[in-house]
Amino acid sequence: MTTAAITRRAHRPASTRKAFIALVRSEARLAWRAPVGLVFGFGLPVMLLVILGSVPALRKPIHPGSTLTLFGEYIPVLIGLVLTLIALVSLPIPLAVYRERGWLRRFSATPVGPSRLLAAQVVVNLVIAAMAIVAILAGGTAYGVRLPSQPAGFVMALVLVTAAMFAIGLLVAAIAGTPQVAGVLGSACLYPMLFFSGLWVPRQDMSPMLQRIGDFTPLGAGMQALQDAMTGQFPTARALLVMAAWAVVFGAAAVRFFRWE
Amino acid sequence: MSDVSFSVDRREIFGIIGPNGAGKTTTVECLSGLRVADAGTIRVLGLDPQADRAALRERVGVQLQEGSIPAKIRVGEILDLFAAFYDQPAVPAELLDTLGLADRRHDYVKRLSGGQKQRLSIALALIGNPEIAILDELTTGLDPEARRETWQLIESIRDRGVTVILVTHYMDEAERLCDRVMLVDHGVVVAMDTPAALAARAGGGPHLRFVPSGPVPDLTALPEVTAIEHQGKHVTVTGTGEVVGEVLRALTAAGVEATDVQVKSGSLEDAFVRLTGHGAGGTDGGRQS
Repeated sequence: MTTAAITRRAHRPASTRKAFIALVRSEARLAWRAPVGLVFGFGLPVMLLVILGSVPALRKPIHPGSTLTLFGEYIPVLIGLVLTLIALVSLPIPLAVYRERGWLRRFSATPVGPSRLLAAQVVVNLVIAAMAIVAILAGGTAYGVRLPSQPAGFVMALVLVTAAMFAIGLLVAAIAGTPQVAGVLGSACLYPMLFFSGLWVPRQDMSPMLQRIGDFTPLGAGMQALQDAMTGQFPTARALLVMAAWAVVFGAAAVRFFRWE
Repeated sequence: MSDVSFSVDRREIFGIIGPNGAGKTTTVECLSGLRVADAGTIRVLGLDPQADRAALRERVGVQLQEGSIPAKIRVGEILDLFAAFYDQPAVPAELLDTLGLADRRHDYVKRLSGGQKQRLSIALALIGNPEIAILDELTTGLDPEARRETWQLIESIRDRGVTVILVTHYMDEAERLCDRVMLVDHGVVVAMDTPAALAARAGGGPHLRFVPSGPVPDLTALPEVTAIEHQGKHVTVTGTGEVVGEVLRALTAAGVEATDVQVKSGSLEDAFVRLTGHGAGGTDGGRQS
């Protein structure tokens, strides 16, 4: 070991923004090296899109003369799948690992603080989700599905359902003491939510009571809003309000209960 | 913790020693602003660790007892990242060189040995060019060679003008490194002094241990002798000044031969045992002289 003197660099204010960009880049690199979010949040839904798209029966109009296809109905469902897997698996588990290993606490001792590490994790997962959604819309177009004819309503529904799902994921990260608990909690939320999104049984085939319950789940309301926007209607106020309520309530709870150590 | 008052001078290695659970970590957590003290006043570099957290974090580097670095990050990457957090960081490449990690720059953290991980963790504490470095139990779990290397490193940090606050439960480490030590037990400060003064004051002076060839004469009559202990065939005599010579002379006079003779000077460990009433639990043996 040498004992060379450590020279100070010329004064170079580390702006908070610069530190945050470095942090996002570092988290993105880790997300690439341990690609849970990329495999499940991006890979799996895109693979499903390709499989569903190659079934000719799904691409036939539901009613003769209509432009709607069963495959088209699945586009919002796949977007919901992306958001669910990213918000409930890819987002909370690394945060729970960071807390368990004292890494969040280590950040408390730096000028940057642990909340920025959390924010960087959110940004990286939002980027993965955005890439997957663009891929699904583009892939859908390749198989003959029209782009949403209500773009403003579509974006609004997308923002709200993303906010609701990420709020739930952050609450999971907030209350799960260990990565194992985060995993169990995440999947406990995952299956019922995906059910109400219509992944296994299309929403219109559910019993009226199940449909009614689904309308008040974030993904059920999200699917309804996205489907409306795809086919040219502006999402209903109720669907938008349901998603906003989940985002606000769970987001506030996550902030309230988040433990840094 | 109660009644903990101490001040640390600049450019010294100040040791906080005590048994496990004595409150050492709690003390440094309050200093670094990671924990809010229930009562009392703390000033670090003239700053309040809670009210001036932001300013203090720029100037105090911390190495925590727990806090493992993500496995899939490279050594150079994590240092560059932490360098971006500070106003006037050290140059990462130079720091890696100083810590003997230059050739591991492109390796993943998970590939490092225990000693290298500890050194990286010290590097992260020093990357912001701090005026104070707080190092908590940094040689726990290291092999003897890595410990020695780490000790040299801490001395070189101090020689560069950094004040080091070192938390340890290894008495040999405190004895070797610290300019002053504070002994904490059950949340109170038991003693504070230089390791040598503490050992001399509370360690009970020189010890003489031997196996006598016959019945030992009454040594308590000697003014230099403070204590005698029989352990099986061994006899341990503790005393002051020329106790060793006086005891051997008394034995010869009584026609008793002493074999397997060991002489130890009073150590910090003895002081520790005496002041806390129990062993340090993890020392690497007493110092022989």
